[in-house]
Amino acid sequence: MLYPTDLSLDETRLRWQCRRGMLELDLMLETFVEKRYADLPMKSKQAFHQLLKCQDQFLLDYLMGQDVPNDKDVADVAKQVRDAAGPGN
Amino acid sequence: MSLENLQRRKFDTLVIGAGGGGLRAALQLAEADAHVAVVSKVFPTRSHTVAAQGGMNAALANVLPDNWHWHMYDTIKGSDYLGDQDAIEYMCRAASHLVYELEHQGVPFSRMDSGKIYQRPFGGQSQNFGGEQAARTCAAADRTGHAILHTLYQQNIRAKTHFFDEYFAIDLIKDKSGFILGALVLEIETGEPLLIEAKTTLLATGGAGQLFRTNTNAHINTGDGLAMALRAGLPLQDMEFFQFHPTGIAGKGMLITEGARGEGGYLINKDGERFMERYAPHAKDLASRDVVSRAIATEVREGRGCGPQADHVMLKLDHLGRDVLYKRLPGICDMSKTFMHIDPAEESIPVFPTAHYTMGGIPTNRFGQVVVPVDQGEESIPGLYAVGECACVSVHGANRLGGNSLLDIVVFGRAAGNDIKKYLKENRHHRQIDEDSVELALAHLKRWNEPDNRDDDSSETVSGLRAELQKTMEDYCSVFRTEEILQQGLDKVLELEKRMKHVRIHDHSKVFNTARIEAMELENLVDLAVATVKSALERKESRGAHSRIDYSERDDVSWLKHSLYYKDGHRMDYKPVTLKPVSVESFPPKPRVY
Repeated sequence: MLYPTDLSLDETRLRWQCRRGMLELDLMLETFVEKRYADLPMKSKQAFHQLLKCQDQFLLDYLMGQDVPNDKDVADVAKQVRDAAGPGN
Repeated sequence: MSLENLQRRKFDTLVIGAGGGGLRAALQLAEADAHVAVVSKVFPTRSHTVAAQGGMNAALANVLPDNWHWHMYDTIKGSDYLGDQDAIEYMCRAASHLVYELEHQGVPFSRMDSGKIYQRPFGGQSQNFGGEQAARTCAAADRTGHAILHTLYQQNIRAKTHFFDEYFAIDLIKDKSGFILGALVLEIETGEPLLIEAKTTLLATGGAGQLFRTNTNAHINTGDGLAMALRAGLPLQDMEFFQFHPTGIAGKGMLITEGARGEGGYLINKDGERFMERYAPHAKDLASRDVVSRAIATEVREGRGCGPQADHVMLKLDHLGRDVLYKRLPGICDMSKTFMHIDPAEESIPVFPTAHYTMGGIPTNRFGQVVVPVDQGEESIPGLYAVGECACVSVHGANRLGGNSLLDIVVFGRAAGNDIKKYLKENRHHRQIDEDSVELALAHLKRWNEPDNRDDDSSETVSGLRAELQKTMEDYCSVFRTEEILQQGLDKVLELEKRMKHVRIHDHSKVFNTARIEAMELENLVDLAVATVKSALERKESRGAHSRIDYSERDDVSWLKHSLYYKDGHRMDYKPVTLKPVSVESFPPKPRVY
């Protein structure tokens, strides 16, 4: 997989990419960006950007654990997003 | 950012909003070689239609006997007789054809072993005008909205519809004769305004679920098109009718589709009682959504709620068995596990009513034309159309039935497309743009560039005011309403309306300035909150989703009419319900019992 090499997207642009058609995605992605994204290593940040390019329904499948992305790094970051969700958030 | 250097584009039709309604209309037009622009504040396939899990009603009679006339009766009854019967007949008659059309366009509807399209039972559906449960909802597993949205998007790409992705619509452009000539929009990435001149403009911006703190809607659902209509001097119709879905995940808001109860799930209180048997002995857990919502709220108010705060009830699904659950309702199982760490095959899910659907909206007729009352009748606004959740056609009346929203957007998206084609034939040239109207829209945008010169202690922030607005709406204008509660609510939202004028943003940069977008979304929500509470306060009866404790009965003598709210002076007006269908006998109002 080709990762995006330009990570110049600022925080607001990234947050807008987290605005999706489903409340579930909004909650999970925005929570993740707010609480976890800044501390990610570059490789995981790149994988997160790749994850955001997925269609909403596939993204939901990945974040709900119903399906697993082919790319290991994207799969890892999807799991991190899922783990950050939960009753407490 | 001035008139002189404003970028301008011209199209036959401008569609604002890229959900199912907007895309269905755009497709109809693009296939007829019209020059169509679709403006969407997010990438089109991230529109909220993608979230519709349940399905689309059509009387195909594949599972049980069915008939469009029975569907019409159920929709009118579900609307608590506030729905316009001409529009409802049109929708129910068109439904089967449109399901087949979608299938041919690529929507993979779930099938039975016989090869026919599978149909599941949903709340409020009956055979033979109020008889046994019907099975009328066609679904593509539990991702019907996704399938329809992507299919329509791909068909539009094929038909060469022009998409303006990540553009935010600011205001309609209107000339002195009342023609709508397009809209001023803002490219989010560059912060540059763009004037899109169009012979016809279609608003398809979806609902306003973000009015309430607990809601099922995506964060994009801020009712932008409805507020644009208000600012253009147009009324909003029946805004007091907001559907609360009975089964949102408690504390989160996300929807658990009615299909869960259609497949055999049921609600229990803290005593383990299946309480819907008391509220709706016949339909039980499949009663209309407002009936189930009020029943849950009543159980909690009367101390039979579950959990440490006794603030929710439980949806029991475990008796269906793991195989059935994970085959028929995989999305719900995953959502419950992810957000609540609960496996529904083993434990019940905590649920509570959550704001779900805006029945009210921009008044339209069944051709999608925006209409306003004139003397004893009504006239269309030349060049302006609206469809879907932002419109009030009104097929849902006081309460929408499950499975009718996807049908609504597809039926009336197509109808609006057809009517726009006629309009374009009769109006071949662009009218001269009204520069005063453009200047007003630009001034609206420039307001958010004003510097923040306040002292620190006078700060009024977008996020703070938005949270306060949503909490106020939840506390004062949700499932239970009284004169006293609503009057307090109106005072509070009017105060918020005043405070909105003092809100400033700190970031005045151009590129991806989402603070400015969120400020304009909040402006829209504030206008819609006033419209909603004012309309609810004035309607002194209980009908459908509008439940007044102090006026507990439906009052057809005084209130069998549509509300119209105008922003100017917070004024109310009313217009009659269309009780005469197109070709069949009217269904006269009668008590709505399930």
